[in-house]
Amino acid sequence: MIEPLVRVTGLSKSFGALQALRAVSIAVRPGRVTALVGPNSAGKTTLIKSLLGLTRPDAGRIAIRGTDIDGDQQYRSRIGYMPQIARYPENLTASELICMLKDLRGPGAPLDLELVDAFALDTVLDQPLRLLSGGTRQKVNAVMAFLFSPELLVLDEPTAGLDPVSSGVLKDKILAERGGGRTFLLSSHIMNELEELADDVALLLEGRIVFGGTLDELKRITNQGTLERAIATMMRRGLLPVAA
Amino acid sequence: MREAHRVARVVAGVMVALVVATMPAAATIPRVPAGRAPMVVEVSPDGPVRSIREALASVARGGTIVVHAGTYRDTTIVVAFPVTIAGAGDAILDGEGKRQIMTVTSDSVTVRGLHFENVGVAFTEDLAAIKVVRASFCTIRDNRIDNAFFGIYLQEASECVLEHNELRATRTRDATSGNGIHLWHSREITIVGNRVSGHRDGIYFEFTREAHVRDNVSTDNLRYGLHFMYSDSCDYQRNTFRHNGAGVAVMYSKHVQMTDNRFEGNRGSSAYGLLLKEIADSHLQRNVFSNNTTGLVADGATRLLADHNQFVNNGWALKLQASTEDALFTGNDFAGNTFDVATNSRSNTSTFAGNYWSAYDGYDLDHDGTGDVPHRPVRLASIVVAQNEPALILLRSNFLLLLDAAERVIPALTPETLADSTPAMRWVQ
Amino acid sequence: MNTILKVLKYQAKDALRSRWLIAYALFFMLITDGLLRFSGDPMKAQLSLVSVVLFLVPLVSIVFGTVYLYNAREFIELLLAQPVNRRQMYGGLYLGLTLPLALAFTVGLGLPFVLRGADATFSGSLGALLLAGVALTCVFTAIASLIAVRCEDRLRGLGAAIGVWMLLTVVYDGVVLFILAVFSNRPLEHATLGLMMANPIDIARIALLLRFDGAAMMGYTGAVFLRFFGNAQGVIVSAIALVLWVYAPVALGMRAFLRKDF
Repeated sequence: MIEPLVRVTGLSKSFGALQALRAVSIAVRPGRVTALVGPNSAGKTTLIKSLLGLTRPDAGRIAIRGTDIDGDQQYRSRIGYMPQIARYPENLTASELICMLKDLRGPGAPLDLELVDAFALDTVLDQPLRLLSGGTRQKVNAVMAFLFSPELLVLDEPTAGLDPVSSGVLKDKILAERGGGRTFLLSSHIMNELEELADDVALLLEGRIVFGGTLDELKRITNQGTLERAIATMMRRGLLPVAA
Repeated sequence: MREAHRVARVVAGVMVALVVATMPAAATIPRVPAGRAPMVVEVSPDGPVRSIREALASVARGGTIVVHAGTYRDTTIVVAFPVTIAGAGDAILDGEGKRQIMTVTSDSVTVRGLHFENVGVAFTEDLAAIKVVRASFCTIRDNRIDNAFFGIYLQEASECVLEHNELRATRTRDATSGNGIHLWHSREITIVGNRVSGHRDGIYFEFTREAHVRDNVSTDNLRYGLHFMYSDSCDYQRNTFRHNGAGVAVMYSKHVQMTDNRFEGNRGSSAYGLLLKEIADSHLQRNVFSNNTTGLVADGATRLLADHNQFVNNGWALKLQASTEDALFTGNDFAGNTFDVATNSRSNTSTFAGNYWSAYDGYDLDHDGTGDVPHRPVRLASIVVAQNEPALILLRSNFLLLLDAAERVIPALTPETLADSTPAMRWVQ
Repeated sequence: MNTILKVLKYQAKDALRSRWLIAYALFFMLITDGLLRFSGDPMKAQLSLVSVVLFLVPLVSIVFGTVYLYNAREFIELLLAQPVNRRQMYGGLYLGLTLPLALAFTVGLGLPFVLRGADATFSGSLGALLLAGVALTCVFTAIASLIAVRCEDRLRGLGAAIGVWMLLTVVYDGVVLFILAVFSNRPLEHATLGLMMANPIDIARIALLLRFDGAAMMGYTGAVFLRFFGNAQGVIVSAIALVLWVYAPVALGMRAFLRKDF
């Protein structure tokens, strides 16, 4: 068995009375796309934010390549993050934003600007972000995630707000990068999209992992042909914990 | 002829006897035959005449004693006949902290260019560097007086001139400090271009009439730069009074003229530029009051005319007590003061017209240079502070500004009649 | 350190282009120029500006600061997902907010004086005025940052910001005056000075009083006040108190920021 890139063990987090995560354990295997699925407020975003250090878990551990992420921010240089909402300082331009990330990360490998061409963004890079449409901002967002060719890409609802063409561009990019050995953790509501991209699936329900394994495995144990139906079946079965 | 000779000899003998009888001191003073006394006697530490006292014994009446550089220590020098005593070089008369240095009891004495120092301090007697007693037509000029108890002291003197003297003392306590220039029961004294510092009062008059005080600089004195009482018909021009403990106090006098003086930097809880107390029918013109805790205190300054003065950067520019009746303030500039006018009463008999107030927030729609709405210079904050001193610390706070604005709309505590109905829009001066 | 400067650089770039910030600078420019023009007396203009600065700088700093940080929420999240240290990040955010505000204020107030060639005698008090305004900016953006970090709800946060401003700018001094009036027969020198040092607007105001109303301040009979106003002691104590007023909210905000879940 290959050592997972990310191993989450017994992660719990509550916000006041709300238990967002209850002893969640998952493994994200390298060179694969792991889909994080579940209904709204199942804890997907909390899990992602915990991984990025934005949220402090109450209990549990997160390790990247066997090393706990506690206390050191350097591990984040291996991660590219594409958040769900893209509202940035309205008076900066996209290229300034990119420069800023570059400054923060320091010198490294050459920047991956492939998506700039693919999205045909070069004309808008120097406009203030407030003048850009939501879709365009989401594209800028995607560019920033891939920019530093990170080992792990965390994409939160990446195609939300993108037109079908751009959505296709982004999916192609994901598949190409996975082929190059990168690892993805992505959350989405769009099951068809995940079906196209995902190798592994982690299903979250009310803060618990109810399934963690390969897409094929999920289909097999649910006896369903598509991810959408397989998930639906799992959700109907309720909150039966399944070992990852 | 023989008879005649004999008579003459007798007469001469009688005269000599008379002279001897009327000059008891002659026994100790070397006798100089009359008519042959020298007009000029030189005094120097290593010359034939080594003290002013010796020189006084030999010099002719109306003659001159020239004192050369050196330090002279002697008992108090009494000048009892008209003579000029002049320093040549740094001639230091040292009182060794024990005594008065010179007493002038004759008219028409001139003392100039000497350097007096270390006058004695006494609690029963006003020891001075130079004391003039019951004399007229004396001139005291260009002297330097260091570390004196009293500096130049005129007692029942008249028609004297004190000019360009420099008096410096360094005492720190009122009780061991005397006044720089002190006049008592004197009249028609001209005091010009002197500089006084470090004394109790720089210039002090009591019961003095018709003194003319011009171009003097009185600074850093412990109490007052200028202090006078019961001294009518005096005038003060172009003097500067700066950093004195309490400022300048003018009390119980009439017909005082004060023109072109500067009152500066007198700071402290009871310090002011100028205090006018029980001063009637006086005229204050073109004076500058700046950086004083209080610029002018008018306490019983009845029928005072104050025009074309500048009140700049004072804590309180003018404290107008209710005891002042019928004063007129016109053409003055009030700028940058914390409070322009403070008063202890809601009634007011004084008139303000045509002054410039930097705190004025009215307008001049017809552009005639006069504001269209009256200015009421007494602020509520000054009344709050008068009743509760620590409230001063809330000055310029939004809360006090709010109260002030309310008071302006409905005056409840400030005197309504104290207003300048023709405020100037620009500095008058 | 590096992160502070980098965050500061881009955030300041953004804030400096903000329409609100430009409006703020223009407002000060207009009001200063107007006062200089119509009063024809730089001294009078400066005294009026004392009130404007004490009133407006805290208000704008705390309201603009709070709103700006709420709007930057997602941006902060993006930054935190980078390999940056939260402590330095907070420093960068605070400075990136404070410096542009302070700059806008300084330019807005100072430029008209420079352009009108106000003579050197006024440069000292102009300097005091600018310094007081910058200090108040630093204090109130620190409070704004603390509020924005501690309070998730924007409306409540904005309410808290305006409440703090109201309290410190008007209510507090009213209470102090009330206390002084009630206990007027007791020695309250130390207590009064202490109360003043506990309010940053009062500290700035007193620093300006030392400059503009020094003569009146020397009118106190109390020895404590005289010592405070008569020499450097007052300036030093005020400066220390102001620094504490920046340090405390920044430290508290930093603590909350380090533990905050985004």
